[in-house]
Amino acid sequence: MGEIRLMKGNEALAEAMIRAGCDAYFGYPITPQSEVIEYLSREAPKKSKMVVLQAESELGAINMIYGAAGCGKRVMTTSSSPGISLMQEGLSYIASAQLPCLVANINRGGPGLGTIQPSQSDYMQAVKGGGHGDYHLIVLAPYSVQEMVDFVKIGFELAEKYRNPVMILADGAIGQMMEKVELFDFIERNQEAPEWATVGRRPGKDRVFITSLFIQPEKMEEVNKILQAKYREVEKKEVRYQQLNIEDAEYLLTGYGLGARICMKAMEIGREKGYKIGLIRPITLYPFPYNVYNELAPKIKGILDVEMNAGQMLEDVKLAVDGKTTVKFYGRMGGMIPTPEEIIESFENHFIYGGKNV
Amino acid sequence: MAKAVGEVIIDIEKCKGCELCIEACPEDTLALANAINKKGYRYAEVVANNCTGCANCAIICPDACITVYRLIMKKIA
Amino acid sequence: MSEIPTIEINKETIIKPENLVYKPPKTLFDTPMHYCPGCGHSTVHKIFMEVVEEMGIENDIIGVAPVGCSVFAYYYMNVDMQEAAHGRACAVATGIKRVLPDKFVFTYQGDGDFAAIGTAESIHAANRGENFLVIFINNAVYGMTSGQMAPTTLYDMVSTTTPYGRDPKIHGHPFKITDLIAQLPGAVYVTRQSVHTTANVRKAKKALRKALEIQKLNLGFQLVEIVSNCPSNWRMTPLESLKFIEEQMLPFYPLGDLKVPEGI
Ligand SMILES: Cc1ncc(C[n+]2csc(CCOP(=O)(O)OP(=O)(O)O)c2C)c(N)n1
Ligand code: SF4
Ligand code: SF4
Repeated sequence: MGEIRLMKGNEALAEAMIRAGCDAYFGYPITPQSEVIEYLSREAPKKSKMVVLQAESELGAINMIYGAAGCGKRVMTTSSSPGISLMQEGLSYIASAQLPCLVANINRGGPGLGTIQPSQSDYMQAVKGGGHGDYHLIVLAPYSVQEMVDFVKIGFELAEKYRNPVMILADGAIGQMMEKVELFDFIERNQEAPEWATVGRRPGKDRVFITSLFIQPEKMEEVNKILQAKYREVEKKEVRYQQLNIEDAEYLLTGYGLGARICMKAMEIGREKGYKIGLIRPITLYPFPYNVYNELAPKIKGILDVEMNAGQMLEDVKLAVDGKTTVKFYGRMGGMIPTPEEIIESFENHFIYGGKNV
Repeated sequence: MAKAVGEVIIDIEKCKGCELCIEACPEDTLALANAINKKGYRYAEVVANNCTGCANCAIICPDACITVYRLIMKKIA
Repeated sequence: MSEIPTIEINKETIIKPENLVYKPPKTLFDTPMHYCPGCGHSTVHKIFMEVVEEMGIENDIIGVAPVGCSVFAYYYMNVDMQEAAHGRACAVATGIKRVLPDKFVFTYQGDGDFAAIGTAESIHAANRGENFLVIFINNAVYGMTSGQMAPTTLYDMVSTTTPYGRDPKIHGHPFKITDLIAQLPGAVYVTRQSVHTTANVRKAKKALRKALEIQKLNLGFQLVEIVSNCPSNWRMTPLESLKFIEEQMLPFYPLGDLKVPEGI
């Protein structure tokens, strides 16, 4: 058993970074995740050799990540919605240059400067690319402080396995809440740089360069094909999800992160009322567990998708069920968090009272 | 007294005919050829046998086309 | 009386390894560079690679290429390199140097890259005293995108976006970012050079070497501005462009050291 502690989500994330042997963190303060850089500035020097640097902006931070990742180091940055928007250029370059890194978005309400309250309104930006060009981040959506910890380790492993940026898409509530967590032990890593890394020319070997510029369209298409092949492999091998009460389910609630967590409570209330409700929680938002929904859909009378946004994952759920069952939506926006009661009310309106009160 | 004699070798396929070497040469050793290279540039060539190997041309040449040799001859009095 | 042997002087007697005075550095790939005829980018690539070769640090240096005409610098410089997004070279170099502090690190940037879109990254890297070298090519124009105004475009200078000349009331003033950076305590070596004459090429090369020696001492940010040309977009022959540097650029961008660490 690892060390057990009571920790805030953001601090647990930061502690996990130190334990995962992260070599460098570059970031810029923004609510609700500034505890990450504060915790690292305080704790990393005591426990590790991690470089911790407050950049001049998120543009600076993500490009420092590019540079350090290009040297084969384990690197991470964190931010919240407006800052993540600024990082999109860099993420596109990182994806194209195939550099591994981990980014956490502690999502807050938008658009614009928005609110500092928790939200899930960056789903599309996270899973559909976000920056320019055909690329994907691998996106992990924690629903507890424990998963904030676990996904740091898994996130680095996925990033390095696929040489691709990985995003932990959480929200302000998960970042701020305190829970009991089990921390993994400090990881000893092989410090030898991979052969694609720029660490200075290696005697007897060709020099290395890292780029995302392929001026001939034939070459650029080839690079795109390599990326797409990688994404297909990720879609095949890395889908993660949780399902509950599926065996006898007539209806499904679905949501990710905090939304899913509230749905779990709503499911309990619904079951007490006698509704046979199950739940699907996508853990990887990219790759999305399309098949899981698709296979269950014919047996299901209806799915209520619950999100803290205007209905973004909804598009993927609909794609997944491919018309085989009805999909309805309940969402709160702008930093408002739905209650389990609201969710059950919406569920009843849609599926029990036939939508009359909707 | 010493006298320096030089030789320059110009990689004419890399030459872009910018004439910087011609301008930089204190001895007027170089000029543009009337012929063109594969890229279509009139290239620099040696037109006089008076190179002293000062390397000015090679130093100014942007495209690193020029290699310079210099032999210093000591006159025996 | 002994006879003085006569030696015939011909090509063969001169072209011998022991008589070599200049050959292109091995650190520069033997491929033609894509730059226009007479472009200072090529000259600076060449002399910087000479410095790297002479210092014997080709296995210990990592470069960052910009977006601009020198976007392909890594096809010419035979050292490990990364290609940065437009303007972000100083942030990328910060990332590299922070995780590999024992390596030499440099960026190579145009005026648009370093002094317009990348101003925040440039100034903050300088202000943090990041221990890397910026080679900053000031050709007063956006070369790669074919001749728009740069932050460094001179007063009255014509570009494709200042077709009636740069008017400070409309376009703002030419930006002496090098002078600005010289004010920052984190920047320790700040100098302005040019490569428009043989003598200036030699001086610029010395400055680049000095910068790397300062980097070795871990003293702070090094900035070598090179006042350069863009004959194509200035609509001049290469020789005319060198004259323009001498007559128009240098009075506004005077050459010389702006800041040198004490005792160096
Ligand atoms: C984000 C972004 N904006 C604009 C461009 C287009 N662009 C490419 S190079 C360049 C200007 C380059 O000028 P400079 O830095 O002065 O270098 P030079 O080409 O003169 O050497 C611009 C605007 C780009 N590539 N990326
Ligand atoms: S300076 Fe170089 S490129 Fe220009 S004409 Fe002379 S040899 Fe050719
Ligand atoms: S456009 Fe200008 S800066 Fe670019 S290679 Fe040509 S001369 Fe040089």
